[in-house]
Amino acid sequence: MADISANFLGIKSPNPFWLASAPPTDKKYNVLRAFEAGWGGVVWKTLGSQVKNVSSRYSAVDFNGTRAMGFNNIELISDRPLDINLKEIAECIRLFPDRAMIVSLMADNDKKSWHELIKKVEDTGAHGLELNFGCPHGMTERGMGAAVGQDPEIACMVVEWVMEAATIPVITKLTPNVHSVVPTGKSVVKAGTNALSLINTIQSVTGIDLDTLVPNPNVGGKSVFGGYCGPAVKPIALKMLTTIAQDDTTNKVPISGIGGISTWKDAVEFMLLGASNVQVCTAAMKYGFRIIEDMCEGMSNWMDEKGFATINDFIGKSVPTITHWEDLDINFHVIAKINQDKCIHCGLCYIACEDGSHQSINLAYGKPYNTYTVKEQECVGCNLCKIVCPVDDCITMEVHRKGDEYLNWKEFQRRGLPLNDH
Amino acid sequence: MAITNNRLSKDQYEQNFSDIHPPFETHNAALVEANRCLFCYDAPCTKSCPTGINVPKFIKQITTDNIKGSAHTIFVSNIMGAGCSKVCPVEKLCEGACVYNLMEEEAIPIAKLQRYSTEKAMQNNWQLFQRKPSTGKKVAIVGAGPAGLSCAHVLSREGIDVTIYEKESKGGGLMTYGIAAYKVTPQFCEDEVNYITSIGGIEIKYNQELGKNLPAGRQGISLTDLQKNYDAVYLGIGVGVARQLDIPGEELEGVVDAISFIYDLRAKGYPVVPVGDKVAVIGMGMTAIDAATQAKRLGAKEVTLVYRRTEKEKPCTQVELDIAKLDGCEIIWLAAPKEVRGDNGKVSQLICSIMKLGEPDASGRRSPVDTGETFSLDVDMVIKAAGQVPFEELVNSSQIKNSKGKIVIDNNCATNIKGVFAGGDAVNGGKEVVDAVQAGKDGAKAIMEYLNPQTLPK
Ligand SMILES: Cc1cc2nc3c(=O)[nH]c(=O)nc-3n(C[C@H](O)[C@H](O)[C@H](O)COP(=O)(O)OP(=O)(O)OC[C@H]3O[C@@H](n4cnc5c(N)ncnc54)[C@H](O)[C@@H]3O)c2cc1C
Ligand SMILES: Cc1cc2nc3c(=O)[nH]c(=O)nc-3n(C[C@H](O)[C@H](O)[C@H](O)COP(=O)(O)O)c2cc1C
Ligand code: SF4
Ligand code: SF4
Ligand code: SF4
Repeated sequence: MADISANFLGIKSPNPFWLASAPPTDKKYNVLRAFEAGWGGVVWKTLGSQVKNVSSRYSAVDFNGTRAMGFNNIELISDRPLDINLKEIAECIRLFPDRAMIVSLMADNDKKSWHELIKKVEDTGAHGLELNFGCPHGMTERGMGAAVGQDPEIACMVVEWVMEAATIPVITKLTPNVHSVVPTGKSVVKAGTNALSLINTIQSVTGIDLDTLVPNPNVGGKSVFGGYCGPAVKPIALKMLTTIAQDDTTNKVPISGIGGISTWKDAVEFMLLGASNVQVCTAAMKYGFRIIEDMCEGMSNWMDEKGFATINDFIGKSVPTITHWEDLDINFHVIAKINQDKCIHCGLCYIACEDGSHQSINLAYGKPYNTYTVKEQECVGCNLCKIVCPVDDCITMEVHRKGDEYLNWKEFQRRGLPLNDH
Repeated sequence: MAITNNRLSKDQYEQNFSDIHPPFETHNAALVEANRCLFCYDAPCTKSCPTGINVPKFIKQITTDNIKGSAHTIFVSNIMGAGCSKVCPVEKLCEGACVYNLMEEEAIPIAKLQRYSTEKAMQNNWQLFQRKPSTGKKVAIVGAGPAGLSCAHVLSREGIDVTIYEKESKGGGLMTYGIAAYKVTPQFCEDEVNYITSIGGIEIKYNQELGKNLPAGRQGISLTDLQKNYDAVYLGIGVGVARQLDIPGEELEGVVDAISFIYDLRAKGYPVVPVGDKVAVIGMGMTAIDAATQAKRLGAKEVTLVYRRTEKEKPCTQVELDIAKLDGCEIIWLAAPKEVRGDNGKVSQLICSIMKLGEPDASGRRSPVDTGETFSLDVDMVIKAAGQVPFEELVNSSQIKNSKGKIVIDNNCATNIKGVFAGGDAVNGGKEVVDAVQAGKDGAKAIMEYLNPQTLPK
């Protein structure tokens, strides 16, 4: 059996799954239930200046009958009194000493406030701190949250303040509401942060009620931009994670991966792209803490199958496979092939290729079933038909190299090789 | 043993004849199935619908909350889309061709989804079509069945004024008087006719029968009059009663015709229709199945279906046969009725010849041959459902070219008489409602071409 235990900056947990800073981690009651269910650690809901929340707070994007493919919130940091939070954090640590307890912080924008808050939190016995430089709404207007994370210089300054006072590891959580996460990442690493985590939520409008014409969530006839998360944001989070994992400055510190993780597979993907552990919010909010069971079992079974003894054996393994477009091999060529025994004649491959737009699939009329075949000479190997085909492995992409040697675009141009003529 | 009516309580009748294909109970239930649809291109389901309903489109429209659009997509191809969603033998039509069958998974419940959209349209009386301004042209249609109504709707849409002559007092044809009561209710049939005619420009004249020498009290009309008073005529008169068996004892009390038996049940209500204790039904088509299951549901103790060939040759679908079996009907294959015996003029026994399958004929179908052996069934009622007979006399008396009563038409739905068109059961000898609806559309198109070759609808 694979060992899925994790060690993040010396903070140990029985598995690499932490609950992200959010409502599931906002009080003792939830956190104890999460630990009982098996979660490896929590990042306590962000503490800081006193706030008040509104109602309603959430909205979602459904897709083809599946609820909440994307989730959105306009909540602020913890609106519970600081003293109660601190007392409960200490109790949770005492009851579950083997789990990771990280506390998320967002103090007022001055050195003194940060130092006071850090001192109080460290007194609880917490194992680490996470700096919330990511919250995209409500706090930014006060010069906090994403307003800090969007400006590398301010972020650097705040991290320096924090590092003066902190005696436990510090993780800086990055906002995705920037054109690149790397500048802020670099600047906070230089300022001394011990680790990075990403992503926080992405600013969004999830949709409009077509009866009232007011966007969701509706707060008495008005709405605001919210923070988008859940499965819909995973591809964006993975891209941002990769840029941090590939940068020579930022990849010197461990990364905690966040954004749309719902299953062990999602988690493995984040770890393959350089995350040392992962954090989960929306999936736990949607299904409850019980999803941790399959996350652990699935990861462990996959590791056994692939022969990975510990999670360190696969963390970062896929990072080098993402390269620059100019370095891709132009001689590599695939052609779609339809397995007629599996084909159910739905025509989806045909119309996708026809309209979208290589016209490489042939339709032979039949009643009621047409026969579809690939025009091998025309197929550009784009994968579209395979993507839309509803039958697993019915369309396969077969390798038919254009030439034996590796040939990239720069070389192609240098040699003056011919471009398409239609 | 005796033939009596009023066998059951009101509740029992209601239960026995309740909707055999219940609708979706919630919008969500419909959505789950609608979202399963793959939105196939050049979809096999559409190709297998005789009216060519754009199935993927109407299902997609349910998922986008465009139920009005969904209903329009259905009705534009099939104005009886609501009725068809309840009566079509979908296992051999759209659902039978659904690509999910090829993955060994449940087909999309197309008919149930079709019912979902069309029922909403009817309940809310959505007016989804607008008549073009009147062209001043007038067309007479004989028969307010599926073929006639479908033809009328298309013509009216194009601004042609339609008058339908119908011999019964209600519209819908066999939809109202023939189809099993557990598929459609009289109220539904009436609502459907009203919904179709609500477009305007269609007048139905009831209790008006085409033909001569009608019994007293029946209002007769003649084809010559119609030809004189209208620019064109469409005949959608369907087919008549069940075929004679031509065996001894057919005149005995207790031998009834399936079509009349079902007509009574649909037109007069369940309690008044008499049924025997032990009933034999002759035939294995849709009508035979409907007669058997409904005899059982009226309270007959034993019902036996008797068929000349084997299960392999059965004309009904497996789904229909299963309904009969689940209702507890017995089935005897390879048995041909030879004689009905009686007691005091009332049926007491059915004598059958035992058959075996002979060599395949030209069409490849193996005909049954008599083995010479017989057996007898003790019964008090015999229902004949071995195919229906077209209105041969009527058609002949009007000099309409026909083949054993089935009206002969050319590629343009035209009969041998100029300006007279025909379609539906009257031409094909008896198929499904959906085929009759398509025939009505084809007829309307041909009539418009005939009336005004320049302004064809696209
Ligand atoms: C017992 C039974 C069960 C069936 N079950 C199904 C089923 O489950 N599903 C299915 O799809 N199909 C079923 N069918 C077949 C279906 O009912 C017919 O195919 C369809 O109704 C044919 O439509 P039509 O308009 O051609 O004829 P009809 O429905 O027969 O309509 C003809 C109309 O013309 C009228 N008419 C006839 N003669 C005259 C005249 N001389 N003057 C004026 N009016 C006249 C009739 O009263 C009738 O209203 C069944 C048929 C039977 C008999
Ligand atoms: C309702 C809600 C409240 C959140 N509050 C916080 C917060 O207080 N501090 C923080 O750092 N992130 C907060 N987040 C962001 C999450 O921690 C996480 O970064 C984001 O939701 C992406 O992960 P997911 O896709 O697994 O949900 C919140 C998210 C949600 C949905
Ligand atoms: S791979 Fe692309 S180009 Fe080739 S057949 Fe499929 S869709 Fe068409
Ligand atoms: S998408 Fe797949 S199943 Fe559908 S026609 Fe194409 S190959 Fe066949
Ligand atoms: S064949 Fe089935 S899956 Fe395809 S469009 Fe028709 S109903 Fe939908």
